[in-house]
Amino acid sequence: MGKIQDMRATYNDTLIELAAEDERIVILEADLMNASGTVPFKEKYPERAFDMGVAEANMAGTAAGLSSVGKIPFAASFTPFASRKAYDQFFISANYAHLNVKLVGTDPGITATYNGGTHMSFEDGGLMRNIPKLTVFEPCDNISLRKLIRKAAEHQGCTYMRLHRKGGQELYRGDAEFELGKGMVLRDGDDITLVATGFVMVPEAIKAAEELEKEGISAAVIDMHTVKPIDRKLIVEYARKTGAFVTCENHQVVNFLGSAVAEVLAEDHPALLGRIGIQDEFGQVGTLDYLKQDYGLTAADIAAKAREVLKKKNK
Amino acid sequence: MDEQTLQDLKDTARRLRILTIDQIGYLGVGHIGGALSIIEALTILYYRHMNIDPKDPGKKDRDQLVLSKGHAGPALYSVLADKGYFPVDWLHTLNVGGTRLPSHADMVRTPGIDMSAGSLGQGLSTAVGKALGHRIDGIDSKIFVIIGDGESNEGQVWEAAMSASHFKLNNIIAFTDYNKMQIDGYTSDIMDLDDLNAKWVGFGWNVLRVDGHSFPALDRAIRKAKQESCRPTMIIMDTIKGKGAFFAEGKLSNHNMPFTYETAKEAIAILEKEAELEKAARLEQAAGKNAGGEK
Repeated sequence: MGKIQDMRATYNDTLIELAAEDERIVILEADLMNASGTVPFKEKYPERAFDMGVAEANMAGTAAGLSSVGKIPFAASFTPFASRKAYDQFFISANYAHLNVKLVGTDPGITATYNGGTHMSFEDGGLMRNIPKLTVFEPCDNISLRKLIRKAAEHQGCTYMRLHRKGGQELYRGDAEFELGKGMVLRDGDDITLVATGFVMVPEAIKAAEELEKEGISAAVIDMHTVKPIDRKLIVEYARKTGAFVTCENHQVVNFLGSAVAEVLAEDHPALLGRIGIQDEFGQVGTLDYLKQDYGLTAADIAAKAREVLKKKNK
Repeated sequence: MDEQTLQDLKDTARRLRILTIDQIGYLGVGHIGGALSIIEALTILYYRHMNIDPKDPGKKDRDQLVLSKGHAGPALYSVLADKGYFPVDWLHTLNVGGTRLPSHADMVRTPGIDMSAGSLGQGLSTAVGKALGHRIDGIDSKIFVIIGDGESNEGQVWEAAMSASHFKLNNIIAFTDYNKMQIDGYTSDIMDLDDLNAKWVGFGWNVLRVDGHSFPALDRAIRKAKQESCRPTMIIMDTIKGKGAFFAEGKLSNHNMPFTYETAKEAIAILEKEAELEKAARLEQAAGKNAGGEK
């Protein structure tokens, strides 16, 4: 078996496949075409690929304009620039206008590593979750990425995807099927539910569940790739079943996955909850491993949080 | 432009001014200044230059208008109602809860609006997207854009300007409504645009400067812009904010001003009287000509 390709290569390949099937597919970049991995797309479809230069606001607006004449634009930049720098343009020109722009933020959270705090976005998911009707998702491996991009292209309306760029992994079988808005149960369990999202955190949650199993704790693991709309049904099902949760996200614990799960629990079926993620901190430079440790995003951190929650549950 | 065409355009512009003053006056408050300064531009576009069909607002190969200064929505609503996109009585629903006509141009709610706008600075970027999309599809139509002079403070306008010339979008014809006023005062005091022509030239655009209330000048500029082979065109229109409404014209307070329906009716009566006088003068002139011919 060959090496699993970079997630960005899967992004590019999937868009090329889609472009062959649907002439409405176009892409936009903001001087990060190399980083996003879409140079092959541009070589194959030069008339349908636009490098807008270092101007994310204009990129988002241009994408909205392309959508208004029937195109399906995928526009990408690093997460902080795709979100913070183009927020009003994406909000008004694309979403408020009920258009069909697929915005992509690459290098989410700590995966910005050596680019550090200016490029390390822990809030983009929360910003996006505040846009009415927007679908917000973060695939955790190459297989779900490929399939969820296709779902996003089919979806009538704007989407925001957090895209891990470098490296790849396969957590699913090739024939797994995905729906936006439907979480995937990766591992069943009775004592506690670990709800994770994204490339960094889903494998850590799986490892944490394995660690807990050794202690006789049965932990379910859910890949909640779509954070908005959140899969309420699945959360309630596992609230009934386990009564305890830990959310795991490469993002601030407010406004994204942790908040979304907390809202469902508080409204529909109260259960105990611990949240693993960034605790009100800015980004910084470092290797991925260093950053995982420093922000407390490792499997050990998740397992420790699970034990803490279970202690409260068993009181 | 022959005399009859010019007269028709003038009559249409007056009718649109009246509809706009009536529309905002009926509500009692609104963006009267920047609506009235672009009446001639909207008139020449919708009644002379744009390929559009009110019965088929989504026609794929139509010309489109991005009203980037979306707060001038009421002026465009007057045009669209007059053109038959929707009933004229909708105009009295401006900003009423649940209306199809919100203060700022909205493509989701209003038939005939080609792009939503209202957060200033965004329209030109969307026009770039439309123009690129039409180029891919081989659609030979124009994307018209109207931006404000105050709006030109926004950095995004210049990002879009750079990209439109980079992509050689000769299918974009933009207008700046240069009425020299923004909300807080004169543009020269608040954020001076200095040599606006030179700025657009510097960004690689074909730049034309016209009296924005003169139909022959606007017509010449648009025809010239349509011949441009590789650059987008910016037509900078010198205009008067609030043009044609005695209570608003040239007043710094006219950006989003309250006025009573009585005041609106008074302004409309003045415009109607002006029309009558002009008509009488024309008849007199024609009679004089005829009399002269008999000699």
